[in-house]
Amino acid sequence: MVEFEQALLAIAAAFVIFAVVALYRVYVGPTIHDRVIAVNVMGTNTVIAIALVSAAFDEPVFLDVALVYALLNFLLSIAFSKFNVEHGGVL
Amino acid sequence: MTPIEWGIVGLGLLGAFFAGVASLGILRLPDIYTRAHAASKSDTLGAVLTIAAVALALQTDLSTVKAVFLLTFMFITNPTAAHAIARAAQDQGIEPWTVEDGEGER
Repeated sequence: MVEFEQALLAIAAAFVIFAVVALYRVYVGPTIHDRVIAVNVMGTNTVIAIALVSAAFDEPVFLDVALVYALLNFLLSIAFSKFNVEHGGVL
Repeated sequence: MTPIEWGIVGLGLLGAFFAGVASLGILRLPDIYTRAHAASKSDTLGAVLTIAAVALALQTDLSTVKAVFLLTFMFITNPTAAHAIARAAQDQGIEPWTVEDGEGER
């Protein structure tokens, strides 16, 4: 019989595994846009894993970390697509 | 576990399923536009379901509000980011994948 916290931690581990699977596309990806899409998915999975760990250990402080991580993840995607188009391949 | 905890774990497992579908799409689909499709739709649904589970699991009022805020934020920004990247790819002249020029290859 699994405990509630163990079930939440198992789901968080599944999200970490999915992020590691997306890392393959970061390594292989033919264009740089493929890599940024895969990094975006990895960041989303990291945010969810942090939120699940926060719920499992009953530490509401970790949710602030998840919020800041989500903001930085969004900023990376928008800044990348702007820079790469308007300055012709800076990154 | 109580019934509401079973419900929370069920929501989390459903979200993990959709995130797995998104990772499979990132890995297997043929070009940038289809990968952006997988990342924007399936991964957003998985994120929203799982953070809804977190919002139900956290007991204090303030952290539930924070989790709902994070849910809304992910629901708005995740497709926006995928759209911006796909549009940047289109502005750089990357052609969409069609069946004629790539039968079964990635």
